[in-house]
Amino acid sequence: MGSYVLRRALQSLLILLGISFFTFVLLYLIPADPARQIAGRSATTQTVENIREQLGLNLPFYEQYFRYLSGLVQGDLGRSYLQKTEVGELIASRLPATLLLMVGAIVCELLIGLTMGLVAALRRNTPTDTSLMVLSFVGVSSPQFVIGILLLYVFAVKLGWFPIGGYGTFMHMVLPSLTLGFLGAGWYSRMMRSSMIDVLRQDFIRTARAKGLKRWQVLFGHALPNALLPIIAMIGIDIGLFMSGIVVVESVFGWPGIGQLAWQAIQRVDIPIIMGVTLVSAFAIVLGNFLADLVAPLIDPRIKLR
Amino acid sequence: MSTLPPEPAVPSSLSERSSRVVLGVSGLQTAVATPQGRKIVVDGLSFDLHEGETICVAGESGSGKSMTALSIMGLLPEPMAKVVGGSIHLEGRDLTTLPEAEMRTIRGSEIAMIFQEPMTSLNPVLTIGRQVREAVLAHEPLSRREADARALEALKAVRLSEPERRMTQYPHELSGGMRQRVMIAMALACHPKVLIADEPTTALDVTIQAQILQLMRDLQKETGTAIILITHDMGVVAEMADRVIVMQHGKIVEDNLVRPLFAAPEAAYTEELLAAVPKLGALAGVDPVNAHAGTAAAAKVLEVDDLTVRFDLRGGVLNRVVSRVHAVEGISFDLHRGETLGLVGESGCGKSTIGKALMNLVPWEGSIRVCGEHVLRARTAAGDRAYRRNLQMVFQDPYASLDPRMTVGDLVGEPLVIHGLASGQELQDRVAGLFRRVGLTPDQMKRHPHEFSGGQRQRICIARALALSPKAIIADESVSALDVSVQAQVLDLLKELQDELGLAYLFISHDMTVVEQVSHRVAVMYLGQIVEIGTRRQIFENPQHPYTRRLMSAVPIPDPARRRAVFDVPQGEIPSPVVPIGESVSRVRYQDVGAGHLVAVA
Repeated sequence: MGSYVLRRALQSLLILLGISFFTFVLLYLIPADPARQIAGRSATTQTVENIREQLGLNLPFYEQYFRYLSGLVQGDLGRSYLQKTEVGELIASRLPATLLLMVGAIVCELLIGLTMGLVAALRRNTPTDTSLMVLSFVGVSSPQFVIGILLLYVFAVKLGWFPIGGYGTFMHMVLPSLTLGFLGAGWYSRMMRSSMIDVLRQDFIRTARAKGLKRWQVLFGHALPNALLPIIAMIGIDIGLFMSGIVVVESVFGWPGIGQLAWQAIQRVDIPIIMGVTLVSAFAIVLGNFLADLVAPLIDPRIKLR
Repeated sequence: MSTLPPEPAVPSSLSERSSRVVLGVSGLQTAVATPQGRKIVVDGLSFDLHEGETICVAGESGSGKSMTALSIMGLLPEPMAKVVGGSIHLEGRDLTTLPEAEMRTIRGSEIAMIFQEPMTSLNPVLTIGRQVREAVLAHEPLSRREADARALEALKAVRLSEPERRMTQYPHELSGGMRQRVMIAMALACHPKVLIADEPTTALDVTIQAQILQLMRDLQKETGTAIILITHDMGVVAEMADRVIVMQHGKIVEDNLVRPLFAAPEAAYTEELLAAVPKLGALAGVDPVNAHAGTAAAAKVLEVDDLTVRFDLRGGVLNRVVSRVHAVEGISFDLHRGETLGLVGESGCGKSTIGKALMNLVPWEGSIRVCGEHVLRARTAAGDRAYRRNLQMVFQDPYASLDPRMTVGDLVGEPLVIHGLASGQELQDRVAGLFRRVGLTPDQMKRHPHEFSGGQRQRICIARALALSPKAIIADESVSALDVSVQAQVLDLLKELQDELGLAYLFISHDMTVVEQVSHRVAVMYLGQIVEIGTRRQIFENPQHPYTRRLMSAVPIPDPARRRAVFDVPQGEIPSPVVPIGESVSRVRYQDVGAGHLVAVA
């Protein structure tokens, strides 16, 4: 176990190093010029050059990368070009909002998705099953900004049940979490349905029934834990899915998280912020998968971490 | 084997039986929904089960045996299958009319069931303790602690080693035999009146089968539970039954006490079934004939010298090799033209790994020569192709070894295409010839594998192996998945092909009786090594190694007159072939006890 964690941690570091390199290359190659963005359209070439020199953007690529990397090792994510503050501080101030949104979304997608999948599996090949699967298909195929705006229009504007946007109370959280979780709910309901149907066919379910267990005991004591096994691994991967979703959802709902920060930074070519958000997201994904792998043997005793 | 067993308790007349009926089945009809409409799979089944009695329900696949069991338990996969007629009476109640809630209270407490597959019949994510405890708690108002005590008691009753530790273990940490003991413990935890055992030993090794059968006998003696034992194995029937019900196409063809049924079967089908059963020792005194021996062509087609296969197990921070599975350890043998070498042993002994190594499908060490040519360990497409023309393989599961999307004609012709040996009309003609050769008709070539029965599929696999006109075929448990009558036909086909074409077979099997039937020479494997090798007569008539003797004494004898009072099988499990790195496995040395009969000495 100990050696497994150590090995995985080393692997994770290598992955993060690779991601930092590729992101840096991509940002280096984009045709936009950060110095020109900072200086403004009316600035002289000389001003632009000065800014470039000041930021070290005139240095060769490898030197820029090593500067960034050496900062990174010391926990320094650099300074924002435009906001003139430490990227680390910016992200730290906005991370809690995003984490809250993600927790809300995970709860939503699991609650909705797993319930839908479970009901569909138990009512297999009935109209209930069909309508739930149509709904999940809608969830999987609808763009998040459409769902977000629809929810806003119906539940905030028309019905007035929830605030239109902003951050602070539980009520603020509901619509963004639903929007972010809806896509995942669609996936989970389909996975849960097929996983449950598969498990219900297994020999050990027949054994459980032959023992004279009650229906709910068979379902929740025997079938569900087995049906959840493939779902656990999915949750780790899910965090990556959320990362792309939060950029959209936070913009639609005016949620002050790192998604919004990233969106603004991309528009202004604020490279240190883009790098920082990318690395923090990558770290979250790597950590999520790592945790999912650590949790798996607790639920499935056949999995051994070596 | 040599001494006759003491006279066991086999009732020879109806009057000897206890008169109290526990379970009365009358006119039972079960139907399943098929795309072609409703199909009756159990048709008018009637029998009475008496206290302390064992009824064996025998028949081949599709005869409705398992459906009968599930009907009694009320576990039919509804709405696909349901009881449509007749009654099942348990102590005055008709189970077919009981609502599910009431039926639930009977399952496990009054009628319990154990299943064929111990590997999949236990929930993989729950501890053994919890699963047994649950069976008790479902029917008795006990505290958790009391239920745990009862569970432990049940595990002790089935003679499971270290029962306290097993309580906290998970199913994957137990062997198949141990899991089947757990299943029995679970079934008997509430002292049911009736135990239904559906092929309980079919998936187990023969020595483990003997242990489980003995256990069922002992427990029945202690508790008086009536047993319905469903099996396809007439040997198990002869060893266990008081009374036998023979089923075919959902109907009872014969219902009689075990002795008269075996001695003088009334129905023609029973007679056929019994005739198809291979009997251990049936060929005693008969020398195997090799039509191709002694001729100039009786060359060695396969020479294996010091074959070793080890699989690495990794671990630690750097994921280095920490231990190895010594699957095959220094095996040597030759195979001549027209000869069958039977390779027999229990699961995990390495016999299938030898087959895979010979086909270069796993990394190996040592020397393999096919028709005098060395097989190169380094795998190259051209090198593999060349020797595989001479060496082909037929696998165990005819359902899984044929690509379901291809027509069987294409499957059989594929080797010819891969080796560039035929195309166009010639290919068609050669495939048609192969179909005729294995007893199929060329007009079946356009069909897909799912349209064939198990026996027909195995014929297709044999045709595919024959396509390249190999000198030797490795048959890895090739008849194990088939019913006895079909098995006999496939074995006949293999023999015919051998006589005609001079094929050599490496016949890998766990089944001693089948090995005796087909082999010229036999090698017995244990823990990756051959412990005894010799001619069929040397091995079967004069077994020297204790393990060979143990294997033979564990085989059920399909003759109730020779029923043994106790199976003389040592308890326990085969040790693990996993060895830490740096340690080696001690190789056996052989002693020649006469005429090439080699026996391992410690």
